[in-house]
Amino acid sequence: MSYTGTAHKVGEHIDTDAIIPARFLVTTDTKKLGENCMAGLEEGWVKRVKPGDVMVAGRNFGCGSSREHAPIAILGAGMPVVIAHSFARIFYRNAFNMGLLLLEVGDEVDKIADGDTVEVDAAKGLITNRTTGATITCPPLPASMRELLDKGGLVPYVKERLA
Amino acid sequence: MAHTLAQKILQAHTDEAITAAGQIVRCRVSLALANDITAPLAIKSFRAMGAKRVFDRDKVALVMDHFTPQKDIASAQQVKLSREFAREMGITHYYEGGDCGVEHALLPELGLVGPGDVVVGADSHTCTYGGLGAFATGFGSTDVAGAMALGETWFKVPPTIRATFTGTLPKWVGAKDLILRLIGEIGVDGALYRALEFDGAAIEALSVEGRMTIANMAIEAGGKAGLFAADAKTLAYTAARGRKDVALAADPGAAYERELVFDVSGMEPVVACPHLPENVKPVGEVKGVTLDQVVIGSCTNGRISDMREAAEVLRGRKVAKGVRCIVLPATPGVWKEALKEGLIETFMDSGCIVGPATCGPCLGGHMGILADGERAIATTNRNFRGRMGSLESEVYLASPAVAAASAVAGVIAHPGSL
Repeated sequence: MSYTGTAHKVGEHIDTDAIIPARFLVTTDTKKLGENCMAGLEEGWVKRVKPGDVMVAGRNFGCGSSREHAPIAILGAGMPVVIAHSFARIFYRNAFNMGLLLLEVGDEVDKIADGDTVEVDAAKGLITNRTTGATITCPPLPASMRELLDKGGLVPYVKERLA
Repeated sequence: MAHTLAQKILQAHTDEAITAAGQIVRCRVSLALANDITAPLAIKSFRAMGAKRVFDRDKVALVMDHFTPQKDIASAQQVKLSREFAREMGITHYYEGGDCGVEHALLPELGLVGPGDVVVGADSHTCTYGGLGAFATGFGSTDVAGAMALGETWFKVPPTIRATFTGTLPKWVGAKDLILRLIGEIGVDGALYRALEFDGAAIEALSVEGRMTIANMAIEAGGKAGLFAADAKTLAYTAARGRKDVALAADPGAAYERELVFDVSGMEPVVACPHLPENVKPVGEVKGVTLDQVVIGSCTNGRISDMREAAEVLRGRKVAKGVRCIVLPATPGVWKEALKEGLIETFMDSGCIVGPATCGPCLGGHMGILADGERAIATTNRNFRGRMGSLESEVYLASPAVAAASAVAGVIAHPGSL
């Protein structure tokens, strides 16, 4: 699990209504949801994103509604990882269930500015800011989260249990 | 180990011994819930999991409440898909149309949730049932699909923050004011990953409906659950709905991560200002702010006690010219009771719009959307930017009494000032 992309920085307490407003919740299609990713923050926000880019956020990212459409919209927009100061708990579960990698780094998130190129090595727990040379080490993923990601998300996990 | 309420309930649903917060345990669920927005995704995941049947057809609830009555073709398709799934699986508790209400008002009213239950719902306000002493928490759709298939799920045992409310509630101060005050104090991530446990004389004095109002907004402080002990009032409430429950309280000596005490005596009603539920101010500090819309309803404040509180203020008064006051009793049961008690007539005489039981405008779905530059006061739970419509609109959160008084004044107002 290694990614390199441009950082798109957003603020604190970004809620799921900002990530994907309720008016777009009439579909479960990944691509369609991705086209409106962050439309509740700014119309057309997603146009800046290239596949493989990285979302970087402040405190409590993903607070609010439990809509799983939020991590799907981020994945649909082409971003496989979100680095944040901290995450809201429902969003945290949802993201891993959907296969979106989250890295919680606390105040270290300030080492990344909008537009920086960042490299994420999830296995090593290492984030490198290629633009500035700064590095961030993240705490290891909880075992249960690692198991979910290893199996490819909750769907394959339950499938295995039911088989 | 002495258990907090959250730990005690989880312990009763797992075979593993709970010894510390932070432990990950697998728990049996009492009920798994989804709505018209989240059920279609849950069903998609359920199929992808290769599941053929739900773990118990009496322990899954599907409530088509968010865009009801179906607002457009796409939302109608989502309900159709959910309905067909419910039929195929033989799901007992499927609600749509005339028997549908806002899920977190409907399920307690039907006696489907109660003390000691573990409830997981694909809706963040599932925590409402903590008002009855249930460990209830919001999940995403796929998590709920897993619970629907297996009848169990995993939880990280949360640490608990205890919030004690002492003193006597002044006139016009109620449950909504208490939870807003708490969120204002600890912030929208103040209880992140944690359970909140409420107690104290002011809590004991609250009705069960008021306790559900408080539990409902635990998530607005980032909380995993908002819990109340099940006392004689709780047991009377659930017994009236056909349940046989037993009293439930935290163990004496349970360890709390943090203890907060609030004296409610002499408190003023409060409002949460745009654009976060933590921007809480006494109503006196924002009085006079002009309004275009008032919404009274939702899973936070759409129950019969809320309708009575709003009607008490509106009786014999008129909604100010230029203000739309939308009243949405949260369930058909609340609607009928409000009709019987003459509250609907009061609302109509005052010039309110009385609509069906729906989540509607709370999430900017339909039935009361805000235009650029418009401002609303609502008894709902979220005032995020754009939540009720345009990104350039504003929402203030308040109790039914303050919302009703503001409808009459045309500006944010204290009910005692009319």
